[in-house]
Amino acid sequence: MVLLQRPHILLLLIGTHQFLQCWIAFGSVNEEGQKQAEFSEELLLKPLPDHKLLAHFHFQSSGPPSTSNGCHHHLFPKAISQLVQKFRIKEMELSFTKGRWNYESWGGFDPLSSSNAKPPGVELWAVFDVPQHHIDASWKNLTHTLSGLFCASINFLESTATYSTPEWSFPPASGNVRYGTLPCEAVCTENLTPWLKLLPCRDKAGIALLLDRPSLYRGFYHSQQLHLTSTGSSSEGIDSGIILEQTLTVVLQPNSEMAIEVHASEKHIQPSWSLSSIFGKQVSGRCVLAKPSSVYLLLDRGLSAANGLTSENFWSNPSFELSANPDRIFLEESSSHSKSLSILYMFQVEKYCESEPFDIGLMWKVPVAWLCQQTPLHASRFLMGSGNERAAIAISLKSTQFTEGFMSANSKDGSCELRVDVFQVVPWYVKVYFHSLRVFVDQQPRAVSDIIEKIHVSPSKDKMSPGVMEVVLKLPCRVNTAALTIEFDKGFLRIDEYLPDANQGFDIPSAIISFPNFHASMVFLEDDSLNKSPLLSKFQEKCPVMSYTEVLLVPLTTPDFSMPYNVITITCTVFALYFGSVLNVLQRSVAEEERFLKAKAAKKTGRLPLLLSKLSAKLRGSGINQN
Amino acid sequence: MEKVKKKIGSFSFWNWVTASIIFRLILIYFPKNLNLSSRPEVSTPLTSFRRLAEGYWLKQSFMSPYAGSMYHGSPLLLSLLGPLTINSLVSVIADVVSAMLIRATGQNLRLAYLRSLESLDLVKQIEVSEFLFSGDIAALIYLCNPFTIVACVGLSTSPIENMAVILCLYGACSRLIPLAAFGWVIATHLSLYPAILIIPVIFLLGCGPDSPPRKLFLQRHQQKEVLNQSKLPPRFSWGPVIHFAFWAFLWSVYVLVLCGISLKQFGGLWEMFKSTYGFILTVEDLSPNIGVLWYFFAEVFEFFRNFFLIVFHVNILFMILPLAIRLRHRPCYLAFVYVAICSMLKSYPSVGDSALYLGLLGWFVNELADMQFSLFLFCGYVGVSLLSPVMHNLWIWRGTGNANFYFATAMVYACLQIVLVVEGVSAMLNHDRKLRNLITGKPQDAKS
Repeated sequence: MVLLQRPHILLLLIGTHQFLQCWIAFGSVNEEGQKQAEFSEELLLKPLPDHKLLAHFHFQSSGPPSTSNGCHHHLFPKAISQLVQKFRIKEMELSFTKGRWNYESWGGFDPLSSSNAKPPGVELWAVFDVPQHHIDASWKNLTHTLSGLFCASINFLESTATYSTPEWSFPPASGNVRYGTLPCEAVCTENLTPWLKLLPCRDKAGIALLLDRPSLYRGFYHSQQLHLTSTGSSSEGIDSGIILEQTLTVVLQPNSEMAIEVHASEKHIQPSWSLSSIFGKQVSGRCVLAKPSSVYLLLDRGLSAANGLTSENFWSNPSFELSANPDRIFLEESSSHSKSLSILYMFQVEKYCESEPFDIGLMWKVPVAWLCQQTPLHASRFLMGSGNERAAIAISLKSTQFTEGFMSANSKDGSCELRVDVFQVVPWYVKVYFHSLRVFVDQQPRAVSDIIEKIHVSPSKDKMSPGVMEVVLKLPCRVNTAALTIEFDKGFLRIDEYLPDANQGFDIPSAIISFPNFHASMVFLEDDSLNKSPLLSKFQEKCPVMSYTEVLLVPLTTPDFSMPYNVITITCTVFALYFGSVLNVLQRSVAEEERFLKAKAAKKTGRLPLLLSKLSAKLRGSGINQN
Repeated sequence: MEKVKKKIGSFSFWNWVTASIIFRLILIYFPKNLNLSSRPEVSTPLTSFRRLAEGYWLKQSFMSPYAGSMYHGSPLLLSLLGPLTINSLVSVIADVVSAMLIRATGQNLRLAYLRSLESLDLVKQIEVSEFLFSGDIAALIYLCNPFTIVACVGLSTSPIENMAVILCLYGACSRLIPLAAFGWVIATHLSLYPAILIIPVIFLLGCGPDSPPRKLFLQRHQQKEVLNQSKLPPRFSWGPVIHFAFWAFLWSVYVLVLCGISLKQFGGLWEMFKSTYGFILTVEDLSPNIGVLWYFFAEVFEFFRNFFLIVFHVNILFMILPLAIRLRHRPCYLAFVYVAICSMLKSYPSVGDSALYLGLLGWFVNELADMQFSLFLFCGYVGVSLLSPVMHNLWIWRGTGNANFYFATAMVYACLQIVLVVEGVSAMLNHDRKLRNLITGKPQDAKS
């Protein structure tokens, strides 16, 4: 069926493309100054220090203002624009992630990792442009809509017990933000297909052709995101449309057979790779609707320093070989943090066609070892304690090589402080005692008020709302380790509140550790043609450095799931026993009582106290008299 | 329990009191943390000091103490005990005060009992010299009971709740009406269930601590053919009851105003009622305790939840009237039975509640001397209090046991309490019957 249909789709695509081009040309003449619907596709490849390769797909569609052409859309997905219009979304981000971003070896201090490293499972946050009391209703509707759009159980975020309202520690905080995560959501190809449907060429042409499912899901990390920014607001009258960014970040292990064959003795050599060896496919030309369609190869600061690349010799590099000639090479603007600069090789897909498909390969000649730039403090989170009654969460921050450099740079002025924001959401069945918050700096307990500058807590309500803790830490720059611990009691749930696999445990969503004093950005020295690339202009934006901690798995005590009937019947029997026997004692008639006493007295004599024996003797006497 | 009582009589009372206080202090300042405060037997969601500390912390950081589902106690307790959360001397003092009040009430009761025997001319027939000093015994049972010690050392608020109940009974017995009203209001405010103690308190105030049934008295004197009006027991007098109602109203307004002031900026009184009384009545917290309701409501189908909530709470209310009718001439015993029933059927029972009714049981050593199954009950209490922590440990900490094992001990415990209540009531009714038989029966037979 697909084979039969393909020619039609191609024909249709070509037809649309030609029509669109005419239309765009026409439009640009007529409606100058008005933004047009645009689409761009970009792929960024970045070798990682631990022999892996990062591939970052970036598709951006910008929708025209809704007033300019009614509800007709040429490029922009209609479903998304309806979503934005209906729920009045200012900004929204939805991510589906599998695997965990390895901050230690993949870096955490560049725009790529701080905006694309996401917690496992589904994360959704949205900023609404509606009055405060309508936000929750909008959020509920939004979760249901997205759940239908992406074939995921996002609708579980509907209940108030699963989402939270960050006050100030969550970076895009602007009051109307709602934040929710589903850490245990399984991400698979059924979530990718609807995501691809939003692209004008789907995965039939252009860079998206590389998205081969088996090779994608074989990766170590896989994060698929959807970021919406709507600058339009009907109240102000300024309407610049919607920008939809779809990114897919994968970390893959290149097939290193080739390298092993060549340099069997050299274990440290980076694996050589090519697009076709990683994805099993090649790019046969661009998606005809995409304006810039380009592939980038990024060598980050550490790598270019290890290679001895400087601004002079980056054209002729001795340590590796590219299979295709880059069209442009960008150098990063020198920054204060480090001497070495990142280098970006750009390849334009437009030049290639089906007969001559685009395939870029990188062949290492000499072993290279480098380190990615890391976050100021490496954050990890773990559980303490044993048993199923109570435990404690510990968030530990360890200094990295970056902090050392930062510290040496700032050590001249004595009072150097490092600000760290911690945002932690816990589900209601993790009953946190906020008064038990302890802070350790360099393994020494410190007074909470010394280190914590600001704290905002919203305690969890049973089955109503999760517990939210937002803390601002002021740590001295010379800190080696810092730790926050907080105790909690494990809650007990009703049997129907447990997940199907209850003994597996429950997930505590990742904590967000952000460093508001640091901003990750990469500014590349370039002429004005750079403005056309949405990916590079996104790199230029200053985004705060943040990292997610691990998801914690908390085992909770389970009741016996097979017992409801037994428990109900036994408990009710005991209650009936109580009720019946007390009433019986109270109601027993006097005659019956006397008979009872007589019988008892006849039976035992030894243990009875003196009084009772007297009494029974008397009773026996009276009984005989009566008879 | 019964055996202990009989032994204690000969010992010096004050030695035992000091010994129990010293024992508590040793346990409190024990170098190793006994972790009693986190035991499910000691700290329920209502009485846990840890939750109180959390509520205090929330209040200190300008949030409502009821903001999370952590604290469910009184706001007054928060402002009284909040600053002292580390200091457990408060509960030791509360225990000692309760014991002294129990002793005073017990002596009161004993005098009243003797007086009523005298008025029935039974003093010669029942050997009064054999009577034990029930006040001393009750106080010692209360002080030396391991349950009381554990509740006191384990930092829970139940010693304070118990003190309020005992204060109420003491006030009613010694006719200190404002004190009785205060105790009743505070006890009801702290934990909802003592509200039903208003019935014994009314009987206590209306008829006195131990008045023989009027009918019995008349019977007695009809036989003798002399009717001495002055010796007749007083009729039910409404004066003190109205006085009590007035004071109770006054105190409750006072308490509510105080609560209102302390919660003014945090949602007011409605918030307090919702998260204290509402929390008690809806059994929201399903963490294990020594009662049976937690597991029941964890397992029961959501559809029937409200039905069973009503059934279980009405079970307490249903028994009030029949018991009040049969035991109206012994209001203190009625209070004991009510306390025992509440501690058995309440949503979040702890050993502190058991400590209270076991202490009150000491008042009636003489009357309950021929109670059945006392050895069995004693062994049962010992067995359950040893087995229950073991089962809890197996289930929660080792993960080798199952919830059902722990629930089974809770079930046995509930059954033991049922047997205690049933046998206690039956023994008391038998005792009354014995007195009646002594009156109506042939005196010469009884003397021989």
